[in-house]
Amino acid sequence: MNTTSDSVTPPAPPRMLEWIQKNLFNGWLNSALTLIALVFLYFVVVSSARWAFFTADWRPVTTAPLLFLVGQYPREQLWRPGLSMLLSTFMIGISWGIWPRYLKAFSIFLVVLLAGMAIVPLETPTITLGIRAAFLAASLLIYAGYLLGRSKFVNARLAVMLWTVIAVLISLVLLPGIPKSSALPSVPTTAWGGLLITLLLAIGGILLSFPIGVLLALGRRSSLPVVKVFSILFIEVIRGVPLVTILFMFSVILALFLPAESRIDRILRALMGMVVFSAAYTAENVRGGLQAIPPGQVEAAKALGLNGFQTTTLIVLPQALRLVIPAIVGQFISLFKDTTLVVIVGINDLLGVGNSVLKLSPEFFRLQMEVYLFIAAIFWVFSYFMSYASLQLEKSLGVGER
Amino acid sequence: MTVAKPPQSERIPPWRDERFLRMGTQIVSSVLMLFLIYWAISNFIAITQQRGMPLTYRFLKEPAGFPISESYIPYDPTMSFGRAFRVGLTNTLVVSITGIFFATWLGFFVGLARLSSNWLVSRIALAFIEFHRNIPLLVLLFIWYFGVFVKLPPVKESITLPGPLYLSQRGLYLTWPRLTETGPLFIAFLTAGIAISVIAFKVLRERRIKTGQNTYYLPVSLALLIIIPVIGWIAAKGKPFWVDVPVLQGFNYQGGLRLSPEFAALTVGLTTYTAAFIAEVFRAGILAVQKGQVEAARALGLPPAQVLSLVVIPQALRVVIPPLISQYLNLTKNSSLALTIGYQELFAIGKVTINQAGRAVPVFLMVMATYLAISLITSGILNIYNRRVQFIER
Amino acid sequence: MKKSILVLSGLVIASLLLASCAPQPAGEVAPQKIVETVVVTVEVPGETVTVKPQGYGTIAARVRERGKVVCGVHKELLGFGYLDANGRNIGFDIDLCRAVAAAVLGDAEAIEAVPITAADRGPVLQTGEVDLVTRNMTWTSKRDAEWGNFTWIMFYDGQGFLVRADSGIKTLQDMNGASICVTTGTTTEKNLATAFADANLAYNAVTFEETSAVYGAYEQGRCDVATSDKSQLAAVRAGFSDPNAHEILDITISKEPLTPAVPAGDDQWFDIVKTVMWGMIAAEEYGITSANVAEMKASSDANIRMLLGTEGDWGYTTLGLEADALANVIEQIGNYGEVYDRYFGENGLAFYLPRGMNNLWKNGGLIYAPPIK
Repeated sequence: MNTTSDSVTPPAPPRMLEWIQKNLFNGWLNSALTLIALVFLYFVVVSSARWAFFTADWRPVTTAPLLFLVGQYPREQLWRPGLSMLLSTFMIGISWGIWPRYLKAFSIFLVVLLAGMAIVPLETPTITLGIRAAFLAASLLIYAGYLLGRSKFVNARLAVMLWTVIAVLISLVLLPGIPKSSALPSVPTTAWGGLLITLLLAIGGILLSFPIGVLLALGRRSSLPVVKVFSILFIEVIRGVPLVTILFMFSVILALFLPAESRIDRILRALMGMVVFSAAYTAENVRGGLQAIPPGQVEAAKALGLNGFQTTTLIVLPQALRLVIPAIVGQFISLFKDTTLVVIVGINDLLGVGNSVLKLSPEFFRLQMEVYLFIAAIFWVFSYFMSYASLQLEKSLGVGER
Repeated sequence: MTVAKPPQSERIPPWRDERFLRMGTQIVSSVLMLFLIYWAISNFIAITQQRGMPLTYRFLKEPAGFPISESYIPYDPTMSFGRAFRVGLTNTLVVSITGIFFATWLGFFVGLARLSSNWLVSRIALAFIEFHRNIPLLVLLFIWYFGVFVKLPPVKESITLPGPLYLSQRGLYLTWPRLTETGPLFIAFLTAGIAISVIAFKVLRERRIKTGQNTYYLPVSLALLIIIPVIGWIAAKGKPFWVDVPVLQGFNYQGGLRLSPEFAALTVGLTTYTAAFIAEVFRAGILAVQKGQVEAARALGLPPAQVLSLVVIPQALRVVIPPLISQYLNLTKNSSLALTIGYQELFAIGKVTINQAGRAVPVFLMVMATYLAISLITSGILNIYNRRVQFIER
Repeated sequence: MKKSILVLSGLVIASLLLASCAPQPAGEVAPQKIVETVVVTVEVPGETVTVKPQGYGTIAARVRERGKVVCGVHKELLGFGYLDANGRNIGFDIDLCRAVAAAVLGDAEAIEAVPITAADRGPVLQTGEVDLVTRNMTWTSKRDAEWGNFTWIMFYDGQGFLVRADSGIKTLQDMNGASICVTTGTTTEKNLATAFADANLAYNAVTFEETSAVYGAYEQGRCDVATSDKSQLAAVRAGFSDPNAHEILDITISKEPLTPAVPAGDDQWFDIVKTVMWGMIAAEEYGITSANVAEMKASSDANIRMLLGTEGDWGYTTLGLEADALANVIEQIGNYGEVYDRYFGENGLAFYLPRGMNNLWKNGGLIYAPPIK
């Protein structure tokens, strides 16, 4: 370092050096901090890289990729989750074309990931050529969808409708099947598992808890005492207890309060628990937004002759929801992460599959770190892109329009 | 809709009359709700009668019969289900309070680091926050327990740290002072000494501020703080404590203070996870303090440490406390995940009780009510504190 | 943006309604309310008329409607209930469930295996969520009174201890002060407490809800000892990378009769399951195997012809089954011995476990069934 600066004196120090000096070495305290941080970082990075590439044994992940993806879904019916994946990725592509700002990063990541999954060499025979082809097709479909989404053929409203139709089709027809049919034999939800369950619970939970949460928030601010008291009780009780107790209530206790012999699907019960829990939190977030709407808005709407319903849906809610989007997305992220708790009521989600995989072979028994870190990485990626999209949304809504 | 009601005798039809509509909605919703409750309860009664599961709490007095791995109040399997439940409650409270304590400090420092002008420090803090905020707590707990604490060296090859302090997969064994027979006497004197010196400090300082006379409040209170415990020490014959050193005996260390790996993993997991959220809370709170305040403090010549502790933090606290309360409550509720890593708190004990006593609904109601009570009491107390902070600061 | 949020929430509500109206994936029958389950016997001079209670026959009807027998099972216990590499449920307990499916529906594959934890076994029986629990469950009087009906003991077991071979533990007394891994919510947990209290020994319980967590913790050295039913310990030991480094002590502290159980309130279903279990035991007694079941139908032994449904009625008309129900079981699943050997025989899928108490009564074991006639 010294020799170079002695021999060649640069006319002006490059901007990077300036930046380094300003941000890392201004004053002795900061310099010391920087040095400590560098040493810390060096040890963390080097030791974790060494662990990940040399010590760690990733076989639990590489031998059973299908278990992680779909759990016990019958292997001869694999085309159904496969088709669901293709449809969803196509829709993600279309959405990327329509809302590039929020989905671009995620979509590009997905394209690369799926293409990577199509070509990555694995010793396991479970990943057949067909499955690899499906991954590749999914990757291409995202891009095809993007081109379509950018064109004039598809607008936001159509995309939302398509999403709804496809979501309903996948979750109510394609995956569960139709009882006593030969083309789509029914597959009990006990066989579903892995990422499939995690995503279904998360998406179902988000879509269902949002409207219920909004209704509860409105109920809490209602002037009707019965509705108000019910909403307050519901919200406060649910928020006062842990999610596991609610899941447990729905998975075990609920059956005692329904007519004998009636049987609600296990996954559906877990979903109900997630929805109820998340709705109470969403309600509180939405209430924050409702409170921030100046009374003048409501008075103006009434002066214009709008009735109560119109005032709420056309004036109050759109403004209130816009205010609380970051909080609501935050709630959705925590709902997504909370889906892991269903493992406690015996549902084979991503984490449940992880636990089973550890028992696949005696050689895997001690590989908890690898398996759980792999699962953590999957959650991390999804959550990260959700919060990224939320940040973009916040920016585009917060600055420009008001 | 009180706008310009026409004074004509023409009456508004009932389906457009808001009073009527409101009344109608009220009645319909209450009837619906009552019916739903009635329906659920009648189903419940039918099922419980059919299967012989009476809704009573008499079983709480029966012997529990199952062991509990760690407990802060005396417990053995011959004691009652009610006792086991109380053990679960104390275990929940202990882990929550420990977790809250550490999470607050860790969160505070990470929050400060995040705002550091040092780019690298700020980035490391950001990485810490982003890592924890985007992964599920349950996975984090598994990583800490199965990935770290259980993989520590076996008990015979414990890591020995000065103290002595032994760390192995059986837990952390600390050398710990324990009270002798005369110990409580000393503790009584010690608490009395602290209380009296604090009171003296406040009273004397008050008088000093009011009258301007020198009341020597600092030396007086310090003297009290030292003299009273010393009297207690002498009264306790100079031996209020004995030192409990862990010794390897048979399978495990005996003696000392033991922190089980389950407790440690749970505490560490809850702490780091919640600290990531608390860091963001503190960051937001500090950013909410107006820039002018900091500049004014600097202009007055306060060193950076004092700017932080005298100007920024007191004002940030006002913003910080409400979200902090909800993080504390989250941590307490999240402690219920402990059952997956073998720490038996309220929910875990509740589930075992359901199984061993065969009484799902009564036990479940107790567990829910207890969590609800913890939440309400905690938020109640902290809200009172919050109000005081807000009041004093303004 | 406002508009699309509105449209979105509207659609969501619509799909909510749709979802609530849509048929349940697992076909259900209309909820039937059971008020009383007492068998009312009306004494008429000269003859006795048995009025069947209201719950009678509901489970079998539900099973046929659905086309599947729903069993509460283990999914991570080698030998008893676990997954093969293709994610198919296999194991001794699973085969018992399959046997019931073969008898009632004629298809051993027509099962739905619901993985449940130890703590779930009572509640799923009490709520009738599953038709049958075959999950390594001990029959006790209290469970029988509170949970449901226990059918027939299919595996005699006892609680033992698994230790590391180099630990030097041989007796109960050696375990004083040891850390012991145990599953919560089981009889095991209570037996452990009783045994140690009786012997006046101290121990440090490390408890988990998931069986896999218990052995995971033991294997890594978190505990000195793991305790459970001996068969389960054998299963776990066999699964370790070096089984010889661990040993199962020659101490048995309890009786653990492992028994499939059904929800209370349907005597027909209770009888069906019992008969299927008896059929498998009787088939071994008579030497009927899945390989020779076809030729045995023409056996010279009337007992065999009766069991296989070629002549006489072993009760199937009353139970609402086909005459060849038990023949189907033997053909598709095999007799008791075949099932046992499939998992625990010398070339078994899971591990070798000598039959011992689980031998037929004729061979000095405890496995015994009432006559099928």
